[in-house]
Amino acid sequence: MRIVVAKPGLDGHDRGAKVIARALRDGGHEVIYTGLRRTPAEIVRIVMDEDAAAVGLSTLSGAHAILIPRLCGGLREAGMTDVVVFAGGIIPEEDRPALFEEGVRAIFGPGTTTSEILDFLKTLDERAEAGEAIGVGEDPGWHWE
Amino acid sequence: MSETDELLIAAKNGDRRALSKLLTCLEEGEESPVPAGSGDSIGVTGPPGVGKSTLIGRMVDIWLARGESVAVLAVDPSSPRSGGALLGDRMRMMSADSSDSFFVRSLATRNHPGGLMDCLSPMVDCLAECGWSRILIETVGAGQAEIRVVAFAERILLVDGPDRGDVIQAEKAGIIELADLIAINKSDLPNAARAADSIRSALSVGELERNPEVLLVSAHDGSGIEQLVDAIDAVETTTGRERLRIRERLISAWDSTLLGADSFDEVMAALETGSMTLSEAVESIRKG
Ligand SMILES: Nc1nc2c(ncn2[C@@H]2O[C@H](COP(=O)(O)OP(=O)(O)OP(=O)(O)O)[C@@H](O)[C@H]2O)c(=O)[nH]1
Repeated sequence: MRIVVAKPGLDGHDRGAKVIARALRDGGHEVIYTGLRRTPAEIVRIVMDEDAAAVGLSTLSGAHAILIPRLCGGLREAGMTDVVVFAGGIIPEEDRPALFEEGVRAIFGPGTTTSEILDFLKTLDERAEAGEAIGVGEDPGWHWE
Repeated sequence: MSETDELLIAAKNGDRRALSKLLTCLEEGEESPVPAGSGDSIGVTGPPGVGKSTLIGRMVDIWLARGESVAVLAVDPSSPRSGGALLGDRMRMMSADSSDSFFVRSLATRNHPGGLMDCLSPMVDCLAECGWSRILIETVGAGQAEIRVVAFAERILLVDGPDRGDVIQAEKAGIIELADLIAINKSDLPNAARAADSIRSALSVGELERNPEVLLVSAHDGSGIEQLVDAIDAVETTTGRERLRIRERLISAWDSTLLGADSFDEVMAALETGSMTLSEAVESIRKG
């Protein structure tokens, strides 16, 4: 799968994003890492140019509450409703329902194992095969637990 | 009308997503909707860390300021173990990244340099057809695999650094013979001029009909970049270099045919058990 790993927001730490990027590569995926401090509009553009099937966001700063919905909206506006959005980092439990409602399909907290993320991606393939919703513009009923 | 024809029409009308989808179709091996060989590209290569990406970012800024549009095909190796790839080159081309006239597509080699053979040139053709005036093929590193990739470009820019090790690496890989133009980056650092001299003198003992120009540039302070951009337009390749490139392309095609042969796995198994010799294996694959 082609996956964009992005680091939105202003904080300057991308160790987490790089760890995820490497883990996905080792799992056989083609990963496009965007570098630090990307705006949602820039990330939408990168996902489009790279024709990526999924975008993983790494956030630490608490900016997720604004930036992730903005990215989801941007993808839908650009017609990329089939792109999968997932997130990793520190996202408090109480913020999660709103993000799932936006079409985010998984939120991985600190300490998530690589194999769990790879399992999630495998599940996406299976769901897509079965014609079930996974994209950011499709029915948000399902998300990874 | 085929899917690629439809995507091409939409892409020519400025639909960026259609362009991106079209490139995916080509990468997956679909036939190009554009006549082969209509596009023109510049290959950019050089040892890791010499500043290719930063330098390309600078050149892109100049081209954009001059009203051109730039598309970059950034090629990274796939991991031989997992088949996955980390395609991270974008991060350094920040300044240009949000312009409508700038497009970057990352490509993984999928473990064999020949693997890109069938799609790289069609991608260049389609980008040109859609109006992109500059098309770059960039690779990380300067090993044999990278040379095979840039050999698909019409002209080659070699970027080297001020360290002796960088120059030796480029020499070893045989990329200097293929380059139409050589930029020594990091001219803000002390040894750059000496590196340029050592490359010039290495070239002067060669038997090249027309030696490539060696320019000093700094992607950091911007010096020499305008001259480099102008030199790219003025550059003329030579029949000797053209022949070397064609040779690399032929080898890529050969590799790709070999790796894609129906009997490849069978022959591998026979080699492993020792029931076939190497020359019998080659013979068997050639017969199909
Ligand atoms: N002093 C100096 N440093 C530079 C210059 N250009 C780039 N660098 C630095 O060199 C390092 C490598 O630059 P990149 O652009 O990533 O190099 P690259 O050749 O694309 O590297 P790979 O992607 O590993 O092949 C970075 O730390 C840059 O900041 C320059 O003109 N002068």
